[in-house]
Amino acid sequence: MSRRIALFIAGLIIWLLLSWTLNYQEIIIGAVIALISAGMFGGYLPLEAKKLLNPVRWFWLLVYIPVFIWQCLKANVDVALRVLSPGLNLKPGIVKIKTSLKTEIARVFLANSITMTPGTLTVEIQDDTLYIHWIELRSTDPEEMAKMIKGPFEFFLARIFD
Amino acid sequence: MISALALISLWVGVVFVLLGALGLVRFPDVYNRMQAATKCVTLGVLGIMLGVFLRSGFNPLGIKAIIGAVFILLTVPVSSHALARGSLIAGVKLWKGTVKDQFTEDRGGKSIIEEGK
Amino acid sequence: MVPIIVLVPAAFFCLYRALQGPSIADRAIAVDMMGIVFSAITALVALRYRLNYLMDISIALAVISFVGALALAKYLEGRSLDD
Repeated sequence: MSRRIALFIAGLIIWLLLSWTLNYQEIIIGAVIALISAGMFGGYLPLEAKKLLNPVRWFWLLVYIPVFIWQCLKANVDVALRVLSPGLNLKPGIVKIKTSLKTEIARVFLANSITMTPGTLTVEIQDDTLYIHWIELRSTDPEEMAKMIKGPFEFFLARIFD
Repeated sequence: MISALALISLWVGVVFVLLGALGLVRFPDVYNRMQAATKCVTLGVLGIMLGVFLRSGFNPLGIKAIIGAVFILLTVPVSSHALARGSLIAGVKLWKGTVKDQFTEDRGGKSIIEEGK
Repeated sequence: MVPIIVLVPAAFFCLYRALQGPSIADRAIAVDMMGIVFSAITALVALRYRLNYLMDISIALAVISFVGALALAKYLEGRSLDD
């Protein structure tokens, strides 16, 4: 039930932002649509209300966003240099690493973050194993590889979602 | 000040989108292409949307640009991940310079690294 | 105006890969990226002429390219769409 209420509120907020008006007709239509979609899809929302209302998690989320954007910029400059260099500097390979994150949603966010960091692309998640396509294999030791690929993300995601 | 920021953000975005699309042409196999396309196009479009928001301010146009940017940031990595997994399972060849392929090794399949010199 | 013109070659690079690409996955990722580039172009046109409804179209293009990429990925894995 709490998931449905959370989805209803989120849907209503997105509707109000999209329509950008406080006319009562718009709000009624939005509420009806948000209610229907919350009733249909609320059960799939992989969050718990207890965690959703915890301010410490929101604080870590705010810290996480600038870190993510910085990594993202680094990744883009890296790819841009590779595209413009004549030899492309490629040495690709698919490796597997382990993660210590427990919940599904945290793993999904870790996979997305890894995709946005320099030279790595998540290919498959099986329980706690992630398969990564790495554009330039710089190491073969599993521990070292995991540290290089995950960067600072696991630390933050464990505090936000686990 | 704000319009200067908007211009910078817009141009950074446009340049990254262009480089990402160039990477799509230049890289040798589908996985490397995916790397270039996903990263550059995501950040590029984020920059463009942020520029649109800064140019137009808090009106329907700017707010929709921000919503679109958040949506793209969340979905493009997911779709590239799904496509990479699909093409590995379908057996699309890896480039001949590929060093290691633990995914196919673990599934016990035949090597899909392209043969050549 | 100038950013729109600079984005057009990017769409053409994606088109080249979509026509040329040796495998289906190449074409799929190229079409996906082309949708996103078009969404950016639409957003810039909306800003240039101050047309609010074009922004909705931009978001819809991004949504459609995402759904299309997911459907193609399912097809590549050899599963049916309701799986």
